[in-house]
Amino acid sequence: MDNSISSQQIGELDPELLNSLLERYSNDSEIVKWDMGASASRDVSVQVQQGNAKQLKGSQRNSMTLRVWNKYNQVGITSTSDLTSEGINKAMRGAIEASLFGNKKESPEFSPLAKKELVDINPKSSNPHSIDELLSILKKAEKQLIDTHQSIDSVPYNGLNESYMERIYLNSEGANRHMKLSQSSIYLYAKAQEENKKPRSAGGIRINSNLDELDIESCINETSDKLISHLNYKSIETSKYLICFSPEAFLQLINAFSSMFNARSIIDGLSLMNEDSIGNQIAVSNLNISDEGLHPENVGAFSFDGEGTPTQNVKLISNGRLTNLLHSEATARKFGVKPTGHAGLGAKVSVSPDWLVVSKSESDIDKEKNLNVKNTLKEYILIDELSAIHSGVKASQGSFSLPFDGWIVNDGKRISIEAATVAGDILKVLKNIVKIENEQIVTHQGISPHVWVENISITGEA
Amino acid sequence: MLFHTFDETLKPQIEELLSLGKSAGADLVEVFLEKSDNISLLAEQDDISNVSPSFGIGAGIRVFLGKKDGFVSTNDLSKEGLLFALNQALGMLGLVTGSLTNDKFEGLSDLRDFGTKKNDWLEHSPNLDESTIKLIEATKSLADKNKNLQVRRASYARNWQEVLVAATDGVFARDIRLHQTVGLNVIAQQDKNRSTSARRYGSSDNPDDLRNWEIEKSACELNESAQKMLYAEYVEAGQMPVVLANKFGGVIFHEACGHLLETTQLERGTSPFHDSIDKQIAHKAVSAVDEGFSNHAFGSLSMDDEGMEPQNTLLIEKGILKKFLSDRAGSLRTGHPRTGSGRRQNFSFAAASRMRNTYIKQGNFSPDELIKSVDDGLYCKSMGGGSVGPTGQFNFSVEEGYLIKNGKLDKPVKGATLIGEAKEILPRISMCANDLDLAAGFCGSVSGSVNVTVGQPHIKVDSITVGGR
Repeated sequence: MDNSISSQQIGELDPELLNSLLERYSNDSEIVKWDMGASASRDVSVQVQQGNAKQLKGSQRNSMTLRVWNKYNQVGITSTSDLTSEGINKAMRGAIEASLFGNKKESPEFSPLAKKELVDINPKSSNPHSIDELLSILKKAEKQLIDTHQSIDSVPYNGLNESYMERIYLNSEGANRHMKLSQSSIYLYAKAQEENKKPRSAGGIRINSNLDELDIESCINETSDKLISHLNYKSIETSKYLICFSPEAFLQLINAFSSMFNARSIIDGLSLMNEDSIGNQIAVSNLNISDEGLHPENVGAFSFDGEGTPTQNVKLISNGRLTNLLHSEATARKFGVKPTGHAGLGAKVSVSPDWLVVSKSESDIDKEKNLNVKNTLKEYILIDELSAIHSGVKASQGSFSLPFDGWIVNDGKRISIEAATVAGDILKVLKNIVKIENEQIVTHQGISPHVWVENISITGEA
Repeated sequence: MLFHTFDETLKPQIEELLSLGKSAGADLVEVFLEKSDNISLLAEQDDISNVSPSFGIGAGIRVFLGKKDGFVSTNDLSKEGLLFALNQALGMLGLVTGSLTNDKFEGLSDLRDFGTKKNDWLEHSPNLDESTIKLIEATKSLADKNKNLQVRRASYARNWQEVLVAATDGVFARDIRLHQTVGLNVIAQQDKNRSTSARRYGSSDNPDDLRNWEIEKSACELNESAQKMLYAEYVEAGQMPVVLANKFGGVIFHEACGHLLETTQLERGTSPFHDSIDKQIAHKAVSAVDEGFSNHAFGSLSMDDEGMEPQNTLLIEKGILKKFLSDRAGSLRTGHPRTGSGRRQNFSFAAASRMRNTYIKQGNFSPDELIKSVDDGLYCKSMGGGSVGPTGQFNFSVEEGYLIKNGKLDKPVKGATLIGEAKEILPRISMCANDLDLAAGFCGSVSGSVNVTVGQPHIKVDSITVGGR
């Protein structure tokens, strides 16, 4: 059976053809200024259930966002998944119509860096695998995970995916960016139950540019270890506790409040920060946070953003002070700086972080320097994963109230917490950090050490 | 491009595709074709800041062999593109076209066209000009209500979708769907206090919906909520009785129970109710349905994404579980009959069993009687989003809440999150009021984000964990 997704190059983008079509349709429409971002992906994924294939999926997707400037410098955009010449012509007409309603007070421009040389991040390409190979790998992983403990009865959520992505940015001044990469990922979310007790669950995720290098073994071990540790659980008292956030949980929290670093959110009044916040001490002085899209562990990195600006590493918090923001072309112009490579593409351009890296600064010592997740004997709550971020975070107010998976730890012994929520204020969390551990741990969403915070409210289901 | 129009003339081409799949040995082959024409607009303060039209085309091809299925989606609707997708889906199951098995395809039935009366809906919907005027009117109306509103945003989305479903069991059906939503968001600020408030209104199958939108009423409601929450204190955490308001309060049932009654969950073995048909799973005060009929409701549909007309599915009657929601694959794998609940966000997802308009039926009490029955608890007037985990643990946030003291509403509180487990909470819904109402929302799950309606009358939960500070 030949079911490799590389056997046919259907859906691949052709920058020269796209450019010539756009030039023709823009000339026909008397549009002299335009830019375009397109992406394509091919993807195969499998799911299994108790040793059998559950669902096998494949896709070829194309999409394009076209932006035009009319003679009054108003911007209009259109997105389409129809990349035929007819579809592109329709998109051009749609963008021109939308431009009549473009914001007269604020228009994006081309990024001044759209033709600057890119950092060669040289992504690794994976040799494509057949569906049978993917299935075989996932079936083996499922069995291996279930076999690790008699109480683990199933892996209800699982998936193994292999995909190829490409992205293009073109503009009417000759900018021409094109990049391809491959990515593989596995997630395993297992369920276990002991007699007369509630079902428990835990999971793990791994991502790599190459399926052959995907660390499936560690994903199985992490899921199993966590799940077994959740079998012995208890409810906890509602109170204020010393908390240790796992790297995953701390990154989840920082990502949820990333509007603090987002210049667009600041301009729109949606951020906790304002235009004068640069330089302010917003966290303990030994905290550093940067956004490092070019970090070698960021396997999904593209070398340019939606506006063609090169991806860059940016220091956001240095020694507890807010030092930089994430910018598009428009926000950078307003702040008098250069774009940072974090933009999307639109009439109103969104900005978002790529790959957050949390670290400990050398400038100050920790308030509680002896705390360490490996050997601390005092009582604390270890928060491993936060849930319901989309509903439990009020980013513009700074508050959060979130269910979590974790353990109460005493004398070094972990007991899983039955059900609880953690609530607080992000700025207080950043100021109440008492220890940032030295060891930085790579996760699928960034890098962080364990971070300890005192005096946080936990509500137990008691 | 093979498919410029979705109508009876496509029959030979689709039959050829399906026949190839069937003759390769598939038990069933299904083709889903989609065209979309959407716009989204954003008004901030007193200006339009974003206008984003989008167009889409695509196909999803699904092949069943036994209880396994292979699904491939593509934007390429050329003959070569669709054949490639079919071959890939077949190949996933070890099948190859040209095998010439003895499986016969009897051909498609006559087209069941649910879109006949909807062909002019796209043209009849508000154009960009009309939509932008309406949004600016909304943000200005908010400004008129209160000068403390630091941020005023109004958004509008119009999603038009034409679909055609064909399968080797003879299904051949077309539909046009039209969904419109308006969202209002404000941030109120005074001194160091800040509050955010949001509302969403939405309907299906009504081109005039935006024109009929009562802007003044919406602006008043939102402003009142933002002002009341501006000086609200954080709720004190603990276990307490809770009264949940009608409309979007129904998200508790959606998360706590609805998802667990989808065969998607049964297939995974993650529903605590898998063996509970005809058993008492909720308080006898609770009866609940999921249907696709309510006039203009956001989750209503003429046919599901597998070409089946929706049903009025009684899920729970007086606390007793009566039925699950099932799509084609769910029925195949669990044995529960299909309920017209096979839904997907678009062509790139395989259909799965999903909710439509889901609500708890109304009871005989007045809302006041519910509040009067609580000495010390919480009134949740407006709910945020929520989620349910693989073991039935659910959570959702309270956007606007008030303490209840001695049977009366007391001061406003913020920061509350309700958590619990479906099996434990359903028996604690002890009172239902007589004011059933529905609200529009979006639900994300295995087959993407779909339009749904949640709903309920005011209900009382005897005890639930309220997370706070």
